[in-house]
Amino acid sequence: MALPRDTAAEGFVASRVALNVGEILEPTPAALLRRRVFGHAGLLIGSGVLVFIVMVALTAPWLAPHDPLDQDLARKLIPPIWHDSAKATWTHPLGTDGFGRDYLSRLIYGARISLLIGVAAMVISGIIGTTLGVAAGYFGGRVDMAVNFIITSRLSLPVVLVALAVVSLVGNSLWIVICVLGLLIWDRFAVVMRSSTQQVRNLDYVAAAQALGCSKARIIVAEILPNVANNLIVVATLEMAHAILLEAALSFLGLGVQPPQPSWGLMVAEGKGYMFFDPWLVGIPGMALFALVLAINLMGDGVRDVTAPERRN
Amino acid sequence: MLIYACKRLGVAVLVAVAVSLLTFSLIYLSGDPAMALAGEAATQQDIEYIRKFYGYDRPLAVQYADWLTKALTGNFGYSHYLRQDVADIIFSRLPVTMLLGACALVFALTLSIPLGVLAAMRPNTMVDRFALTLAVVGQALPSFWFALIMIFWFGIVWRLLPITGTESWVNFIMPSVALGYYVTPAVMRLTRTGMLEVLASDYIRTARAKGLRPPVVLFKHALRNAIIPVVSLAAVQFGFMLGGSIVIETIFAINGLGYLAWESIQRGDLPVMQAIVLILACFYIVLTYLADMLNAFLDPRIRVA
Amino acid sequence: MSDILEVANLAVDIPLAAGMLHPVQGVSFSIGRGETLCLVGESGCGKSLTALAIMDLLPRTAIRTAESLTLNGEDILNAGERRMSDLRGNAMGMIFQEPMTSLNPSYTIGNQLEEALLRHRRVSHREARDRAVMLLEKVGITAAASRLRQYPHQLSGGLRQRVMIAMTLMCGPDLIIADEPTTALDVTIQAQILLLLAELQKEFHMGLLLITHDLGVVARVADRVVVMYAGQIVETGTATQVFAVPRHPYTQGLLECIPIPGKTRRGANLGAIPGMVPSLIGELRGCRFRERCAYAMPACAADVAFRAAEARDHVYRCLLTPAECAGNARRKVPA
Repeated sequence: MALPRDTAAEGFVASRVALNVGEILEPTPAALLRRRVFGHAGLLIGSGVLVFIVMVALTAPWLAPHDPLDQDLARKLIPPIWHDSAKATWTHPLGTDGFGRDYLSRLIYGARISLLIGVAAMVISGIIGTTLGVAAGYFGGRVDMAVNFIITSRLSLPVVLVALAVVSLVGNSLWIVICVLGLLIWDRFAVVMRSSTQQVRNLDYVAAAQALGCSKARIIVAEILPNVANNLIVVATLEMAHAILLEAALSFLGLGVQPPQPSWGLMVAEGKGYMFFDPWLVGIPGMALFALVLAINLMGDGVRDVTAPERRN
Repeated sequence: MLIYACKRLGVAVLVAVAVSLLTFSLIYLSGDPAMALAGEAATQQDIEYIRKFYGYDRPLAVQYADWLTKALTGNFGYSHYLRQDVADIIFSRLPVTMLLGACALVFALTLSIPLGVLAAMRPNTMVDRFALTLAVVGQALPSFWFALIMIFWFGIVWRLLPITGTESWVNFIMPSVALGYYVTPAVMRLTRTGMLEVLASDYIRTARAKGLRPPVVLFKHALRNAIIPVVSLAAVQFGFMLGGSIVIETIFAINGLGYLAWESIQRGDLPVMQAIVLILACFYIVLTYLADMLNAFLDPRIRVA
Repeated sequence: MSDILEVANLAVDIPLAAGMLHPVQGVSFSIGRGETLCLVGESGCGKSLTALAIMDLLPRTAIRTAESLTLNGEDILNAGERRMSDLRGNAMGMIFQEPMTSLNPSYTIGNQLEEALLRHRRVSHREARDRAVMLLEKVGITAAASRLRQYPHQLSGGLRQRVMIAMTLMCGPDLIIADEPTTALDVTIQAQILLLLAELQKEFHMGLLLITHDLGVVARVADRVVVMYAGQIVETGTATQVFAVPRHPYTQGLLECIPIPGKTRRGANLGAIPGMVPSLIGELRGCRFRERCAYAMPACAADVAFRAAEARDHVYRCLLTPAECAGNARRKVPA
């Protein structure tokens, strides 16, 4: 067993080298950023896949070969084309489900639902969490204590369980699912925004703005928010992925998006019964869900690495 | 240390009260709880009877106080669907879920901590890349789908593991993995960052300058310090896992708290739902409190202050 | 063999994306028993890396090469990690710059002190504790027995550095390397710690390699002085020789930078060396100081060898003759 040598001296060397390289090449900050963005495989792959899925979702009505809700029991359970089966047909490249609905079309429309829920829940939770977090970080003292208390209370509620209970009691529609998720997953926004606001507010230019007599609202909007935006973007991607996974889990348990809507989580649940003979009914929507969440996470990690390379680890 | 413990205890109790209020208000989300309990076929008379029986006709504050005092003495009401005391039902189901959670946690920790340590010891090597890839993939894998994939391969195709039930420890393998893997990325990353930071610290260099053997440097001096934040994270994640067990227990038909929660949500069995939410929340509060105390105990800078 | 440590032609190279970095090149010196050698130079000149290279504690990416490196006559250049860890803390100990972070926060002082002895000697815990108490008293810590149960965060920086010193003494090493042991401490504590080190060095008759950029310290404790600039030794000699008549223009510049009580007039400007340390990446030729040197000439671009001053053990790396250098020194440093 061997140990890594200490890296303190490496840090010292690296900083000096950065200076020397800078003297020779002097790249502009924009060029540096470009270099980091294009040197980051995860960021490129993640945003590539995400852009693809977003495009598919936006053009769903033109892209989908069939109506995702069209049932035809005579054509049910056609396997996808890569299956070595006489039933496989190019009319239904990904086959059909137990009700004879075209799986590709359902998959394409499912992207819309996942993205809609991800973005909408992320926006709601982002607004709540950022407000609380920035307030706590900026005002400190009692506000901070109160916000901390709210965060702790929220964290102690089991998310999936409460979401399920609320949806079952209030009744379920897409928007109720979105609101419930948005109201439940703001905690990370609040925690991260609180600490980054605390860091920024102690910097000199905030003090300068205060000395100039800027109003608190102006300082928060003009001085603080732009400087915590990086962190905000990273948390936003994480929470979007989180919301998508939660929606899928709720739909899977039958309390999220309701049939016959084509939610990926619901498709997995519906396919579950056929898993023994037609495992692709579970495999395909799950794979899509996995790819989407992976892409969003890769992009979020990439944004963090590129904007704050010193916090890569 | 004692003052710190008391302060944290005070906060924990306040949080528990806040959570109990939220849980109590759950039943009013549907509007009229009596109507919700009675079901659609009920007559006006049935609804009135249920309202009286459950005491929903009293002022809210009285209802809350009554519910809370009863809950504190372990009385969570009566489930009409199961014709049993809620407390009895819950405590008959709780051990299975706890066992599942513990197995999942053990799986997650035995995978993530060594991997995090290895990744930190060899940054930017194959081990490190592998660990990070595993973390990224793990975070994106929907647990219900992962569970189904495992059932398909291990249960149906290869017939290696039983896909339902709780008869023996083999039944717990797949559910534990499905529940635990979601925790591994976070723990792994935290272990890795912590170890990287600690290994670069001056006191590790001191330890090496003393001529200590690499295992002593690694385990006594480095891991001991890097593990402190991991303890709190593990406690928090254990709480999350108990909440998340609803999905896994439903898939594997494990007769635990999560499955019970799902059943009672399906049936609209309010008292059971409420009790489960409250118990899980309180369990989480206790866990984080214990983690804080353990943390303080492990870190002499807090313990001996 | 009277020399404890012999370093011949030591070099440290670090491969970087921009090229090979040469932070230490051709460093040679030796330390005898009971001798204090001061390694002087500005930040980043390779002093600390030299020390870490001797201890074999360099960063993983760094490559160490040398003609020879011996401790008590034993080759430690090619000794394996196993043998090195037997020697570290046993035959040679190291004191670091940052006492605040150099002790493990999770263990008591006693644990960390005893650990050093228990690793290298077959002694009981009781004996280890007794020695720890003895040494803590020796380094001037009162109530030593009760200190053993304390954690590092309960001690001040000065006390922690004393603990560090006691820790390196646990096995009675032949050589102590102290890497700027006082820079992180209060000025009032600095002198105490240094004098303590010098005292202990005499008492235990050890070799002491003291790295510092504080020339006042050097003047008080050094037997011999090695001046480094940009990874190379530029001048070495006994403390008296170097301080009396510094030969190398860089050494002269350094000495000009410190006020001398009774000699530097009030209000007079202290010296400063213009310019910046050159980049140490890639192939390096010629005198590294030439771009900042007032006496630089075209020939300085070629490799510059050591030449001896009047005394044989006082050498410097410059093209100027000893007489020319002495003349410059007299003009610059009021003797």
